[in-house]
Amino acid sequence: MRLRCPLCGERDRREFTYKGAAVALDRPATEAWSADWDDYLHNRANPAGETRDLWQHAAGCGAWLVVTRDTVTHSIADVRLARGEGTA
Amino acid sequence: MRLPGRGRNAGAEEVRFRFDGRDYRGRAGEPLAAALLANGVRVMGRSFKYHRPRGVMTAGSEEPNALVTVGRGADREPNVRATVQEVFEGLEAYGQNAWPSVHFDLMAVNDLFAPFLGAGFYYKTFMWPRAFWEKLYEPGIRRAAGLGVLSGEHNPDPYEKAFAFCDLLVIGAGPAGLMAALAAGRAGAEVILADEGPEPGGRLLSEDERVEGQPAQAWVAVVLAELAEMPNVRVMTRTTVTGAYDQGTYGALERVSAHMARPAPGLPRECFWRIAAKRAVLAAGALERPVAFAGNDRPGVMLASAMRSYLHRWGVAPGRSVVVFGNNDDAQRTARDLAAAGVHVAAMVDARTDAPEVAGVRMFRGAVVTGTAGGRHGLEAVTIRCEDGRVERIAVESLAVSGGWNPAVHLTCHMNGRPVWREEIAAFVPADGAVPGLAPAGACAGEFSTRGCLEAGLRAAGAALADLGMQAPAMEAPEADAARYRLRPLWAVEGRGRAWLDFQNDVTVKDVKLAAQENYASVEHMKRYTTQGMAPDQGKNSNVAALAVLAEATGRGIPETGTTTFRPPYVPVSIAAMGAGAQGKGFAPERLTTSHAASRARGAPMIEAGLWYRPSYFPQGDEDWEAACRREARMVREAVGVADVSTLGKIDVQGADAARFLDFVYTNTFSTLKPGRVRYGLMLREDGHVMDDGTTARFGETHFVMTTTTAAAGEVMAHLEWVRQGLRPDWDVRPISVTEQWAQFAVAGPRSAELLDGLIDGGLDKDAWPFMSCGKVTVQGIGGRLFRISFSGEEGYEIALPARYGAALFDELLTRAEALGGGPYGMEALNALRVEKGFITHAEIHGRTTAFDIGMARMVSAKKDCIGKAAATREGLSGEDREQLVGLRPVEEGARMTAGAHVFAEGAAHVRENSEGYVTSVAPSVALGGWLGLGFLRNGRARHGEVVVLVDHLRGRRLRATVQDPVQYDPEGVRLRG
Repeated sequence: MRLRCPLCGERDRREFTYKGAAVALDRPATEAWSADWDDYLHNRANPAGETRDLWQHAAGCGAWLVVTRDTVTHSIADVRLARGEGTA
Repeated sequence: MRLPGRGRNAGAEEVRFRFDGRDYRGRAGEPLAAALLANGVRVMGRSFKYHRPRGVMTAGSEEPNALVTVGRGADREPNVRATVQEVFEGLEAYGQNAWPSVHFDLMAVNDLFAPFLGAGFYYKTFMWPRAFWEKLYEPGIRRAAGLGVLSGEHNPDPYEKAFAFCDLLVIGAGPAGLMAALAAGRAGAEVILADEGPEPGGRLLSEDERVEGQPAQAWVAVVLAELAEMPNVRVMTRTTVTGAYDQGTYGALERVSAHMARPAPGLPRECFWRIAAKRAVLAAGALERPVAFAGNDRPGVMLASAMRSYLHRWGVAPGRSVVVFGNNDDAQRTARDLAAAGVHVAAMVDARTDAPEVAGVRMFRGAVVTGTAGGRHGLEAVTIRCEDGRVERIAVESLAVSGGWNPAVHLTCHMNGRPVWREEIAAFVPADGAVPGLAPAGACAGEFSTRGCLEAGLRAAGAALADLGMQAPAMEAPEADAARYRLRPLWAVEGRGRAWLDFQNDVTVKDVKLAAQENYASVEHMKRYTTQGMAPDQGKNSNVAALAVLAEATGRGIPETGTTTFRPPYVPVSIAAMGAGAQGKGFAPERLTTSHAASRARGAPMIEAGLWYRPSYFPQGDEDWEAACRREARMVREAVGVADVSTLGKIDVQGADAARFLDFVYTNTFSTLKPGRVRYGLMLREDGHVMDDGTTARFGETHFVMTTTTAAAGEVMAHLEWVRQGLRPDWDVRPISVTEQWAQFAVAGPRSAELLDGLIDGGLDKDAWPFMSCGKVTVQGIGGRLFRISFSGEEGYEIALPARYGAALFDELLTRAEALGGGPYGMEALNALRVEKGFITHAEIHGRTTAFDIGMARMVSAKKDCIGKAAATREGLSGEDREQLVGLRPVEEGARMTAGAHVFAEGAAHVRENSEGYVTSVAPSVALGGWLGLGFLRNGRARHGEVVVLVDHLRGRRLRATVQDPVQYDPEGVRLRG
């Protein structure tokens, strides 16, 4: 598996560390426990198809990345910086 | 036997080698199988289950029979295919799965029990009684069955792994592969051409045909010469591409030195490559398949194409006389070529009624071979059933068989692709787009003429170049044989006697039919019931025939029956090659502190903390660890001790939003911390459990230095980056790890200030350095940092200098400490001191404890949000039911405690349901005598003073202990404030 880091270019997956679904980007603003928090922390889709997840280019530039890929074909549609455009 | 003057290698040097203890001569570089055949050796192995004598069947890596062990020392290598191992001066090889030799094997008695050893016999025969399976049946079967064995000793051979990158990977260097590489090379693409064999050329080296008006081998030489001149083309021989993976990654095994008599020192035996290719052309060719008939496993029976390889490449004939049996025009080539070479071709048996004539050879059209006869050395006669039913027996030494060709579709199935049945060639071909970026070309795509392969290679390269945005060169495929491949499908010949499908796993036609009869009708079930295709060769020359037999037995067509799943690797790959570099220290690199050499010089045993090595204790005289630990702890309590704490994570946090950022990642507040001050911080995971703890020092408005535990340094660093980039991308803050930039030492004890007063430039003004202060200092003019913090409960400091001064600083600190009655202390004493104080480590914050559990619920600030705050408020994460941190002290003075013991109420049975907690840390206590512990106990904070029972089932220990406050020494903190 290879990922194209927006800062470093295409690299082998051994340079990356997986975190989980990109849902983690949408942290609820409330400080009290709620159903939103439950969804944010625990409830995950398990799609046969497109999924968005988080990887860190840990053995590279350290950037956190949002990777859009297909769990069936393993094709990678998009890799972008978790913090949005610009430098990590 | 050798045919004088024949073979591409006719001029090769003659070398001596040994097989099963006997000396032979062969031509350097030819396969061991060729050299043995040249010497008249026909039995090269014994079969897996029945120990039947077997001869070589193929001329390639798919060989099922001729498996040998090479070498005899610790590095001996079992299951080497004699068709792949090249002969060199001094080569030693041995037959396998036989005793005393493959020539005469006493285990062949298994063959007499064959009627009882059919498909599924393991399941049927040995089910009862159960205990007999492990003790009797399985060991017995394992002894009798099997292939080669390892030496059981450490393998000293070097192995390597490597990465390579290219625009176009061409897999296989036959006609299609050579054309593809040539076209892409001329276009300027970065090309890797990988081929299994020692020389590129594929089938062109094994056939008597012409390309571009010249002998095919001459054309190959011209192409190779041009490729060799191209700096953008890399030709890798002896390299098998073993797997296709995501995003154009391919695995490949290169046999680097296994063919050399004396490899240069350090040269790896094998190298496992990971090749990242933008595009790939699969030109893996096809594998000839045998026909199943009674006694088709007798030595002397060989694939027709393999016979041509032995003839044309290595000048070897399998015997003085040959019968050729086939169902297609390729088999006829074997009859023609052998006859031309002067070998007596006794008959051409062709299952087709319209088979063409072979000049000078007696033809049997519409006929089949129904059986073989022979002795211990192999084939002596074949029985032929003619079209009219007449049976004829012909005395002959060898039999060439061809059931047609199976395209080598394997790599196209590695990413879930399923091959497609093509009726006119009675074979599976790759599905379109089965592996993104990989295009099959030539025989592996079902194109069997040489001209067709050359054209397909050119076409595939053109398409790949277009994808890469490169211009394909103007060139045409050379003239070559374009004859169509014609066959009549023939899988198995009806008749009495065992007809073999999978030679390597001893599976017969009858086994497959039995599986179908017992309703293992799915191909995947049949495979597992019969073990068809489950040997190291993965059924390369038998799977298709086996499923054809299954299809017929179940009344279905072959496409409906389907194939089993092809998985990597294409050929066996040694674990040593895949894991190269990961043995011993290569598996876990060592991180050493700057005080390592000095600590070792003082005899300190090292303990591993992650990848770090830290001194356990510094023994004096014949002290054991406990005596040393008690002495060192007392030294800290009474004078001064020095410990290297550089392994703790150090993260420099800077930026206008640095304080705000720390407020968010820590439960407590850092924005209120004044520059020059240090604060203890607690960090949660988003799920509300404790992630890590440590002190953070503020050096300026926008500059903090965070300390993490040794264990969690990497995790915390990744977490901070995640929070910064993923959750607070607009904040101006940068964390960076500086763990290895600073050497940091704890100086602890009542005389610590005195020590530092002499060390620091300008002395240490104690009043300016209250507890939890920090600042910059210099030592002999070198800029450093000083922190007034304590993990021992004594007045303590940590001093940090750039790592390059660490060794010198440690020496200086020890010299000064020893002058004050102190010295170094190790991890054991450090642990004992912190247990007395109830300070936690990852033994306590092990991932399942909350701030409430460790008594720090009040550290979660109500005034701000932080990571983990919402989740920490969940039901069940606080309250009386939680196991809470407590101190534990044995009732019986001096009783030794063990970590891992479970805590039970007095009188309760010591069973899992009654466990109320567990012991996390124990240590000898200098201050209080005896041993002390920390642990968790249900509702523990309300149970101080209660006597509980600690039971360590693993070590068989049990003792009574009193529950206490975790802080068992100096609870008011008088001593650490100095």
